[in-house]
Amino acid sequence: MTATAPEFDADCIRRILAGEKHLFHELILPCERAIYFILFSLLKNEAEAEDVAQETAIKVYQNLGKFRGDSQFRTWVLSIARNEGLGRLRKISNRREDSLDAETDEQTGDYTPAILTSWREIPAEALEQKELGNVLRKAIEGLPEIYRNVVLLRDIEEMDIRESAAVLKISEASVKVRLHRARALLQRELAPQLKGFAPAKRRWFGGRT
Amino acid sequence: MRIDCKHVWQHISAYIENDVDPQLRADIDRHLETCEICSAVLDSTRNVVILMADDRVFELPAGFSERLHARIDRELEKAEDPNP
Repeated sequence: MTATAPEFDADCIRRILAGEKHLFHELILPCERAIYFILFSLLKNEAEAEDVAQETAIKVYQNLGKFRGDSQFRTWVLSIARNEGLGRLRKISNRREDSLDAETDEQTGDYTPAILTSWREIPAEALEQKELGNVLRKAIEGLPEIYRNVVLLRDIEEMDIRESAAVLKISEASVKVRLHRARALLQRELAPQLKGFAPAKRRWFGGRT
Repeated sequence: MRIDCKHVWQHISAYIENDVDPQLRADIDRHLETCEICSAVLDSTRNVVILMADDRVFELPAGFSERLHARIDRELEKAEDPNP
């Protein structure tokens, strides 16, 4: 996902507030993927995530005049999405809470990666297989929330560290630490499963940069 | 400086982000030249990162966008002024 230029957003907002309401569709369009996935990351339920995504869009529209432009529009929108998602989470009483232990578990410390020299390559065709997507989604959904949301913003939506920190209201250092932990957990979980997707002699991704 | 495998693993994410200082990067590179295990760990971690960024892995539910914009349309019709 690429963020739109701040000037485009500012101009668009000004015109919407001046009465060209239909432009809101264009304004929100580049954010909708990230809105959905940040909510899915919190709620782990497609229907709930979609419902809160719609509420988020309405809330953004209703509060558009309050956007001050001191952050990117997308950052502001995703903060609203996250707040709405947390609100929904509180309402859902019977949902399993993520382990509170994970909140304090931020050491970059020791982990043992899955050591498999046979999964170093991924064939492009593997991505076409639904199964691969399922394996990845399942692994990410299995992460504690504090790691899942960082992975979502940084690796799935490809936001930079600074914006990810702004959306989650944590420091950039915390984003980096959590990202490291999350990637390590995913590597350990996924490497043994994904080696089945790689043919014996094929190099798809280039070597180290 | 010679560094061990655990040291390399601690910096894998930052290495992928290109967020390690030049000295550490050089140390890691030197280690990777001779350590098959660490280069496999690096490659597989990087593969995970590359896969996650692929839009085909994470797709919006079918019809998500249409339903969202239909809901927005209803709101736009309802509200005369977004900030009354």
